[in-house]
Amino acid sequence: METSSHENCVIHTEDLTKIYDEGAVPVKAVDNVHLHIERGEFTALVGPSGSGKTTLLNLIGGLDKPTSGKVWVHQVDMSTLSKNELIDFRLNNIGFVFQAYNLIPVLTTTENVEFVMLLQKKDKEERKSRVNQLLKETGLEDKADKRPSELSGGQQQRVAVARALASKPQFVLADEPTANLDSKTAENLLDMMARLNQEEGMTFIFSTHDQRVIDRARRVITLVDGAIASDEVREEVAMAT
Amino acid sequence: MLLVIAWKNIWRNKVRSLIVMVSVMMGLWAGAFILAYVFGMINQRLEDAIGSEISHLQLHHPEFDIDYDPQFYLDDSYSLIEEIGANPMVEAVSGRVLVYGMVASASSSTGGKLIGVNPDKENHVTQLGSNVVEGEYLLPTDKNKIIVGKKLADKLKLKIRSKIVLTFQDVNGDIVAGAFRVKGIFRSYNSTIEEGNLYVNHADLSTLLKTNGQVHEIAVLMYNGEMVKEYVSSLTQQYPGALVESWKELSPELGLMIDSLDQYMVIFFVIILLALSFGIVNTMLMTVLERVKEIGMLMAIGMNKIRLFGMIFWETIFMVLIAAPLGLLLAYVTIYWLSIYGLDLSAIYQEGYAAYGFKPIIYPKLEAIYYYRIMTLVIITAIMASIYPAITALRLDPVKAIRKI
Repeated sequence: METSSHENCVIHTEDLTKIYDEGAVPVKAVDNVHLHIERGEFTALVGPSGSGKTTLLNLIGGLDKPTSGKVWVHQVDMSTLSKNELIDFRLNNIGFVFQAYNLIPVLTTTENVEFVMLLQKKDKEERKSRVNQLLKETGLEDKADKRPSELSGGQQQRVAVARALASKPQFVLADEPTANLDSKTAENLLDMMARLNQEEGMTFIFSTHDQRVIDRARRVITLVDGAIASDEVREEVAMAT
Repeated sequence: MLLVIAWKNIWRNKVRSLIVMVSVMMGLWAGAFILAYVFGMINQRLEDAIGSEISHLQLHHPEFDIDYDPQFYLDDSYSLIEEIGANPMVEAVSGRVLVYGMVASASSSTGGKLIGVNPDKENHVTQLGSNVVEGEYLLPTDKNKIIVGKKLADKLKLKIRSKIVLTFQDVNGDIVAGAFRVKGIFRSYNSTIEEGNLYVNHADLSTLLKTNGQVHEIAVLMYNGEMVKEYVSSLTQQYPGALVESWKELSPELGLMIDSLDQYMVIFFVIILLALSFGIVNTMLMTVLERVKEIGMLMAIGMNKIRLFGMIFWETIFMVLIAAPLGLLLAYVTIYWLSIYGLDLSAIYQEGYAAYGFKPIIYPKLEAIYYYRIMTLVIITAIMASIYPAITALRLDPVKAIRKI
């Protein structure tokens, strides 16, 4: 595996380009992106629909292969990993939160959160203690035995965040995490993620249209036509409600 | 956890899973039952053929079988019968004088197989006496008395004490005739026997044929059917002047039926399981395609291909493992009950079965080994059926799958 040298660097991309060549006209979804994200960042990727936010997240998360350029995650060049190595790498280094929650419907809250740790082959005691900690942090202790169908949208997204954090990843990629939530639920979720960021130093990268998320982000990267149009680091951010 | 998820997944759509399970159950029940039915029928035919027709083995003059010429009788057949009867493996032995000839009654005539027997010995070998339904069985002291089948009696309009004339060629090729009186009428599940065989005392027929008291056929019933092959080879060495044949050689169609039954049954079961496997593949494919987004998510968060394959594999196996034992249990209960009480088809198939020598009441029978074989085939089928849906799941691109609505 090739590694990048910067110790605090969680994500590093160089000349990252993704061209979709499936239709009549090739579409450049990500255009020559250079990005450097450090541990503990709370970053929002913003931009209009079709600007390449989700594609960039997918490339960073190793779900998609770039047409050219490279992604280093925690000093590992993702392009050198095979498909199976990528799956294991994602399991141990990256947490995902999806817009539509994407929980396993047949499992309870506890089992959904525990699932990735089982894939990591963590022992029972460690799993139990981590699940309890995460349910406490996400305020889901009383929903431990509920299935996703018995939870509200906000509660399901909290389970998704708890699941994303269960594997103790290097960072969490959240694709439009508040898009399906009402205002109050979205605020609660953001409060929770901001607290995890501040207290545990967890790195969060969001793709979002939601102004509430943008207001909370300490760094806002704006994409236009797949390229970085602006990269703003802010001293002052909105406080938790 | 993989097993837990797989188990829970099969109950997501209870109706669909239950339909698959019930179809597997019914398929196995029907398959096992048909298997038992055919085995029961063939075994019954074999037991009947050995117990009341051909016995385990027979000895003839080597040239007798060519065109049943009565001059080809077994020399010194009495000593032969005595020696064979003294063997502890032999349960019963009967010498027969045989000739094909014409049978004429006052109203009609037909061809028939005339068999001269020692009544007691023949009764030990074929239980002929117990099949007599009208009149009486032959006694060794009877002179010119005959036993005929019910069908033949009906055909020739014979009753007890009716007179019939038998005409045939003797050992010299001269036409001879003898008059006999009907002493008994027998029934047989085999219409060929009931319509064609006539039994008289050995001495009567031997005198007419001029065989000097010798017989054309020695039928041997053994205690243990497994020893037939060995005993045939021993008798062949012991009596090189006689043609010794086992029941398989005497009734090659029966031998072929028994020998090829296993292969037919495997082919039959493979066809049933193949049909079931398409149902299973269809259902599993539906469950995979319904869960594309979820499978994409599982791959995204770190479920590797082996585990994903395993999840789909176990879902298939669980469904089949629930259904298969239940189907086989149902089959076992049905077969067990029918093996005691029989499946009576006399109302619909009696004539048809009798024409082929089968009894109309079938006692289905299936040995334990076949349940294991079926279960093994079912597991192989389930494994095969899980492969395509599992591969379909593995081929999904997580990015596209997650976006799927």
